[in-house]
Amino acid sequence: MKAPQASLTPDKRFAIADFFERYADVVDNGRFDQWPEFFTSDCLYRVTSRENVEAGLEYGALYCQGIGMVRDRTMALRDVTVFEPRTLRHVLGSPRLEQALDGSIKARTSFVVIEVLADSDPSLFMSGEYLDTIVEADGQLLLKERHCIYDNTRIATSLIHPI
Amino acid sequence: MTESVIDHSALRRSWPEEGHTRVPAWVYSDESIYRRELDTFFSGSTWNFVGLECELPTTGSYKRSWIGERQVIVVRDADGINVIENRCAHRGAAVCWKNSGTAKELVCPYHQWSYNLKGELEGVPFRRGVHGEGGMPADFDQKKLGLRRLRVAVRNGLIWASFSRDVPDFADYCGPELLTRIDRLFPGKPLRLVGQTRQSIPSNWKLYFENTRDPYHATLLHTFFITFGLFSASAKHHTGPTGESGRHLANYSVTAGKKVIEETSEMKRFDENLTLEDTDTVRHRDEFGDRQNSGLQVFPSVFIQQHFNSLAVRQIVPRGVNKMEVIWNFIGYEDDDEDMRQLRLKQSNLVGPAGFVSADDGEVLKQVQTTVKGYPDSVGFLEMGGRDVEQQDTTATEAAIRAFYKFYRREMGL
Repeated sequence: MKAPQASLTPDKRFAIADFFERYADVVDNGRFDQWPEFFTSDCLYRVTSRENVEAGLEYGALYCQGIGMVRDRTMALRDVTVFEPRTLRHVLGSPRLEQALDGSIKARTSFVVIEVLADSDPSLFMSGEYLDTIVEADGQLLLKERHCIYDNTRIATSLIHPI
Repeated sequence: MTESVIDHSALRRSWPEEGHTRVPAWVYSDESIYRRELDTFFSGSTWNFVGLECELPTTGSYKRSWIGERQVIVVRDADGINVIENRCAHRGAAVCWKNSGTAKELVCPYHQWSYNLKGELEGVPFRRGVHGEGGMPADFDQKKLGLRRLRVAVRNGLIWASFSRDVPDFADYCGPELLTRIDRLFPGKPLRLVGQTRQSIPSNWKLYFENTRDPYHATLLHTFFITFGLFSASAKHHTGPTGESGRHLANYSVTAGKKVIEETSEMKRFDENLTLEDTDTVRHRDEFGDRQNSGLQVFPSVFIQQHFNSLAVRQIVPRGVNKMEVIWNFIGYEDDDEDMRQLRLKQSNLVGPAGFVSADDGEVLKQVQTTVKGYPDSVGFLEMGGRDVEQQDTTATEAAIRAFYKFYRREMGL
């Protein structure tokens, strides 16, 4: 196993783990207007299956190239899409971190997402991992890339809230 | 089949006397009806979509696919594409356990019976026994035991298969009107898979089939469509049940342009102040030179959709009477330029389980299935656009659903 690199201090590791928990907190508690604040303006966000990743496909069932598309998602969720009320709960694993040569940080973090619909018991909606590229701007951590790669074979009914 | 061969007293059910303008809820929840649908349609005299040629790039490339609840292997050998049952001739185990891959031969993991890529049995371990004991009888005929091969039609990159020996050729099965529409999207240019998503929806498969035949809901449920000009109630829209008895569908419309105001007063969720920051999501590069969007059904397995530059073949797989799966195959062409590649990625967001538009469909079909299960004797009402089943140039019609149920009743003897 590769030893953690010196440049990633325990403080930085804690800050990143905390950043991920804040992200999960925002989406789990329906504060979707704050969701775009986690991304850089030139971000890439997608939710896609492991199968697509293994086939080398860039496609995502939910795909945002740039902060505009992230905000458009928020708008659609708030004002346009018709859906059954639900609560999602993200449970995150410990991030595995690596400093990249360009100064960004690569992170891999397991997640499970439990879904509760208005009239049903909790069910496992999605399990998978985040593949992230994190950058720091003005002392603030931001996602330059977030690939939400799910292990599921299928998406159950619909993917409404961000992962 | 005629009405007289059906024992309605046994079913304790009969179709409402109004005919194809009504749909009884039990057709969506009755297990015995569902079993008959699988036999009559998916395993019957139909052509079913099973995959794309571009998914099988080399000799030995294979994928698993589904026709109704039957699993099949789609595989390329030196002579072309074969579609064979994924069911060992020995004990019925699935031979192929992976969604896709490459193989020189197909070996059943259970007793290692091996088949070539045409499904012909090539090897049976211990056929002559062990140390002179056991083994197959002397008259064991390997040639008679193979993986059953289906009829295959490959047209412009799409692979179709049929369990039927007497179904007409694929082109005749579709009919000229639908075929022209399919060929517009798939003219023979090499295709590429943009991506794939599998979605399970807790609804009967027919509800999905109806939903994609229903332009009326598209103007109302899918606010996104109207708000951003993909579709409009007043735009030219052709609603075209087609083929033999209208079992297929060839719908098309012209891109509306943003926010046609006249009819929006009747749309409660319409908000003209909404804007998109990234308008690529709704930028239509008119690659076919006709400004059209289209929705096509080849009964019973597929809905082919082109919204702007989002091109998808949605494979419909029933998973029991109350459940179904949609396999979304997003498609582009090999010769797409970089702008078009990006556009297709961005517009893949329009549809699918997270689609700006079609996420609504999964949500609403689940709600319909919940009520049809609880109220099996209730009746659906289908009189938008009149009571007949002919093609119409409007979105305010349910003619294509009526046509489907006229065909359905005849085939099912209901």
